[in-house]
Amino acid sequence: MPSLGADMEFGTVLQWLVKPGDAVKRGDIVAVVDTSKAEIDVEIFEDGVIDELLVTEGTRVPVGTVVATLRAAAGKPPSAPGEPSSSPAPPLALQPAPAAAPRLTQAAVRAAPPHRLRASPVARRAAEQLGVDLDTVTGSGLDGAITKADVERAAARPPGAASPSPSLPPAPARSAPPSAAVAPPDDRQAAMRQAIGALMARSKREIPHYYLDSQIDMSASLDWLREENLRRSVTTRLLPSVLLLRAVAVAVAATPAFNGFWLDGAFRPADQVHLGVAISLRGGGLIAPALHDADRLTLDELMAGLRDLVQRARTGRLRSSEMSDPTITVTNLGEQGVDLVHGVIYPPQVALIGFGAIRERPWARDGMIGARPIVRASLAADHRASDGHAGGRLLALIDRHLQNPEAR
Amino acid sequence: MTIPSTVTLSYREALRSAIREALGADERVFLMGEDVGAYGGCFGVSKGLLDEFGPERIRDTPLSESAFVGAGIGAAMGGMRPIVEVMTVNFCLLALDQIMNNAATITHMSGGQFAIPLVIRMTTGAGRQVAAQHSHSLEGWLAHIPGLKLLAPATLADARGMLAPALADPNPVLIFEHGSLYNVEGELAADAAAVEIDRAAIRRPGGDVTLITYGGTVSTALAAADQLAGDGVEAEVIDLRVLRPLDDATVIESVARTRRAVIVDEGWRSGSLAAELSARITEQAFYELDAPTARVCSAEVPMPYARHLEQAALPQPDTVVAAVTRILGVSG
Repeated sequence: MPSLGADMEFGTVLQWLVKPGDAVKRGDIVAVVDTSKAEIDVEIFEDGVIDELLVTEGTRVPVGTVVATLRAAAGKPPSAPGEPSSSPAPPLALQPAPAAAPRLTQAAVRAAPPHRLRASPVARRAAEQLGVDLDTVTGSGLDGAITKADVERAAARPPGAASPSPSLPPAPARSAPPSAAVAPPDDRQAAMRQAIGALMARSKREIPHYYLDSQIDMSASLDWLREENLRRSVTTRLLPSVLLLRAVAVAVAATPAFNGFWLDGAFRPADQVHLGVAISLRGGGLIAPALHDADRLTLDELMAGLRDLVQRARTGRLRSSEMSDPTITVTNLGEQGVDLVHGVIYPPQVALIGFGAIRERPWARDGMIGARPIVRASLAADHRASDGHAGGRLLALIDRHLQNPEAR
Repeated sequence: MTIPSTVTLSYREALRSAIREALGADERVFLMGEDVGAYGGCFGVSKGLLDEFGPERIRDTPLSESAFVGAGIGAAMGGMRPIVEVMTVNFCLLALDQIMNNAATITHMSGGQFAIPLVIRMTTGAGRQVAAQHSHSLEGWLAHIPGLKLLAPATLADARGMLAPALADPNPVLIFEHGSLYNVEGELAADAAAVEIDRAAIRRPGGDVTLITYGGTVSTALAAADQLAGDGVEAEVIDLRVLRPLDDATVIESVARTRRAVIVDEGWRSGSLAAELSARITEQAFYELDAPTARVCSAEVPMPYARHLEQAALPQPDTVVAAVTRILGVSG
């Protein structure tokens, strides 16, 4: 069961889209999984042949449970010893990569970058007994390992500071077998609030946020957009938010200290810019799936991607890679009339960029005051990974791109 | 009610007192070994006993460990209660065939027809600049052998009290006297008597880490514990006392409380008693641990002669403190 976001602890296999013997290729959707937030299409990240489905549809299992096994497909060296030879691979519609290592492999999709929690054996046992989520505990032992005393301190924290709070059921044991998993909460909304709450509490507890904001004159961007949209049919018109997204994506690509993950006490920059877009869901809650390689997309591709993402987030289904990949998140609360966003970073990301409403405001320029469309862009960043100087540069870059909307 | 009086004496004198008592209590008891008679023992333990008990019971032997250990086994089989002194544990290798293939097996191979109520005393350990043929701690090798009981008196009370129950045991018992202890003096109750020889002893209570040791390094561990107490770390010190069979219960109970263990063993690390203890802790207390078990052992070299090199090769309070500090992690 892949982790489809840092706040996911369980997933329910709603539907298998493959059966044993099916050949699959990297990127194929093999299952639909219900997190407490959404139904997600789970992609596979290895070529091969489905060997066995280990979890039946409708079963809820903890993240990390093996849900299926995958066999390496044809093309393996016939001399490979110790290879299971049962159920020969059926003819493949798609040729697997011949270089694929012939081995049994877990059909787990690539989740967030691997992160092995260091906790002592007695600390793990204490965490289970006290209902403490080890992810929320800072270790003080050998090489930063979590000790029993750390867990007991965490358990003794006042409600609100601790996860979970006493009114919630204890955190499920990481090692709990599937059947021992706590029953799915009847109220999906409550489950989502719980998940968001746990993650945001972790963010506020662990991440030393700093905040910067600047006001950006949107005249150039909106003028250009007006001209551009005049030439377009109604269905292909661009929204101002796409310009904001692209400005962020391009600026972030040039300032890697904001793009990546804080893991195991160190910042791991990401190679690509996968822009998480915060999307509020009908009935409450939010989700922040990724626009992959957002800095390389044209405005049209970004527009199409955003439209698709919003629609699928609200009505349809998201893909697992979209859930686990975001390297930085953008939230735009302008529609609600918000002026300024003070963001909460989505762990293990290290920055969140917020936009308020674009409003006409008195604006002095060249000694004259005029009315101009202004947006307040804000940055919430992890002070462990970057400093305010770099943050200021990021906001300045966003501003610069918005002054030259036609430039790539 | 009378207050028990105490006497000041050395570890060597406590051993002698125990031997004297055993000789007086049971006429089957006799002492033999190299230079134990006229010379008074290589380390002076049996000084004066020849005059007191005569050459029948304080017997000098030829320089042949195999012969006189074998003779001791035969005497024990014949109903005597021999105390055999082997000058150092290094030299017991010459008698290892007798110890392992006869002393440890005859009861078993005879279907219980023969008991081997033999006691072999030997000096062990380094620190006295007697170099690589007289300084090693080979207790771990001998602790490998079923059929033997191994004792390591580290205190005056144990030096005084372990011999009697060892002689009463129907099986062969090896007693390891650390060479650095003979001159250690202290107070002992005037009426000190036999002690039990089944359990480890907690020499200092503490809640933060368990130091497990025996023999000559008990004082090293206690010194480290004093140093750690200055840093606010309370170390519990366990003196194993019995090296075979090991008292797992005391060790595991302590480690389960402190959640961390450091083993201090003057033997070499590889294939050592320290290795055995570490394995038992992992087997029996894995889910109680807050840190991997650490070992402070002697450097894996033949024991150097030069004083500074010898000291550098041996466990020292500072190296024990460093090992404890390391496994305590950033909070330590």
